[in-house]
Amino acid sequence: MKLVTAVIKPHKWEDVREALETFGVTGMTVSEVSGYGRQKGHTEVYRGAEYDIALVPKIRIEIVVQDDDADDVLGLIVKSAQTGRIGDGKVWVSPVEVVVRVRTGDRDAAAL
Amino acid sequence: MDGYYAFMLVATAFVLVMTVPALALFYGGMTRSKSVLNMMMLSFVAFGIATLVFVLWGWSEGWGADGAGNANGKLIANPFHMWGLHGVSWGNYIFVLFQLTFAAITIALASGSIADRVKLSSWVVFVPIWLTLCYFPIAHNVWGGGWLSSHWAAQDYAGGTVVHINAGVAGGILALVVGRRVGWPRDAGRPHNLTLTMIGAGLLWFGWYGFNVGSIVFTGKTEAQNVHQFMTETGVTFMNTTVATASAMLAWLVVERIVHGKATSLGAASGIVAGLVAITPSCGAVNLTGAIIVGIVAGGLCAVAVGLKFKLGLDDSLDVVGVHLVGGLVGTLLIGFVSTSSAPGGIDGLFYGGGLSSLGHQLLAALFTIVWTGVLTTVIALAIKFTIGWRITEEAEVEGIDGDQHGESAYDLATGTGILA
Repeated sequence: MKLVTAVIKPHKWEDVREALETFGVTGMTVSEVSGYGRQKGHTEVYRGAEYDIALVPKIRIEIVVQDDDADDVLGLIVKSAQTGRIGDGKVWVSPVEVVVRVRTGDRDAAAL
Repeated sequence: MDGYYAFMLVATAFVLVMTVPALALFYGGMTRSKSVLNMMMLSFVAFGIATLVFVLWGWSEGWGADGAGNANGKLIANPFHMWGLHGVSWGNYIFVLFQLTFAAITIALASGSIADRVKLSSWVVFVPIWLTLCYFPIAHNVWGGGWLSSHWAAQDYAGGTVVHINAGVAGGILALVVGRRVGWPRDAGRPHNLTLTMIGAGLLWFGWYGFNVGSIVFTGKTEAQNVHQFMTETGVTFMNTTVATASAMLAWLVVERIVHGKATSLGAASGIVAGLVAITPSCGAVNLTGAIIVGIVAGGLCAVAVGLKFKLGLDDSLDVVGVHLVGGLVGTLLIGFVSTSSAPGGIDGLFYGGGLSSLGHQLLAALFTIVWTGVLTTVIALAIKFTIGWRITEEAEVEGIDGDQHGESAYDLATGTGILA
């Protein structure tokens, strides 16, 4: 099994979810996160004082999938989250050793 | 004058709203999310303390004069003549309450300079002493028939000196004595919720109609003259308050747009308050043109003045000096230039052929307030610093004053936290 983790622009989240659901992904964990890459932050001015806001809000999606599906899911996320502008985010895939469904105790493939 | 009495009941409730919750919201939104409750509590607690102090000895010390209703012409009045409102008739209670709300908001205004870092207990000690040594004496001198008004009467309709210059000076001194927040100015703490600040500014504007319009003082010799004064002067002060405030908001936004590239919501909220501050002393002294000038000068000048604290190295956290001292001075001194005898105040300023006399009186009243409150606030603040101390621990300040001083957090945005102990 693989863990696909994607950090994307918040406004692309609906597109990504739609693409993944159409593909057959049945669940995922989504969190609101912040960070920066080459996009860097921005400045805000309050009563004339400039503040450097280093962190940019992002959405992080985590999905555990079968080995065979990992590449497809990764490709779908890239395609649906892409705007072509700086700050689109990253997607990465990492190996997962064990998965257990809490309700039943099912393991691995049966737990997905 | 039944109508006037009913109006004062309402006006007084309007001014209460200015402190709880308007000012608390205005200031609370500008602090960090970890200190918003403390910031709001400084206003709420100030109101509580001011109320008790006011009915026990504040009225006597500020408005009691010689105890028999005659101006005493002295620097201070006896706080014990009318202890506990002794001798004040029920019919006059509403006038006591109206002034009470002014005392409360004045000290609450000053709290903006010491956001995020002060022990609640030290604030509780400071508030009654400051009201006793600074607020009531200044009110007595400007409004209550004291020394200043007997010698050099200035025009201060609703508190440019008594409220705003007073609060501005106190705030500046407090920021100086209490010291900077951990990490300031590099970590200056940007506002955490400007929607609260916008609501607060709007509510302040609303409440200010009670503050300014309710400050009418009757000068007629007959009932009919007073009714006429009430039915005309209130329209002028209401109009001037509105026009100056709108002008100041726009002026602040224009300055921001030119200097920093964007017109901000905090700028709009701040401009509103700057305009309200400046029209406070002048709302009965100027005509429509004067109100627009007062508003534009206040909004423009305060927008620039709020940047000075970084050059001075003074952590006046929410700009009590930049808005209230500067705005209060603008309103108080502009009276010397743009007041006109065609306004209810009936005095011509420099631009209307009145010469320098009005400006001189305005300047003296401002200086009197600055020196009196400057000296005494320094003494009180230092006394507290070297006895019980002002600051919470550095660790508590970094963690957040809300948890340290109140055991609360303003926002619970996570699920599944906080099981009953």
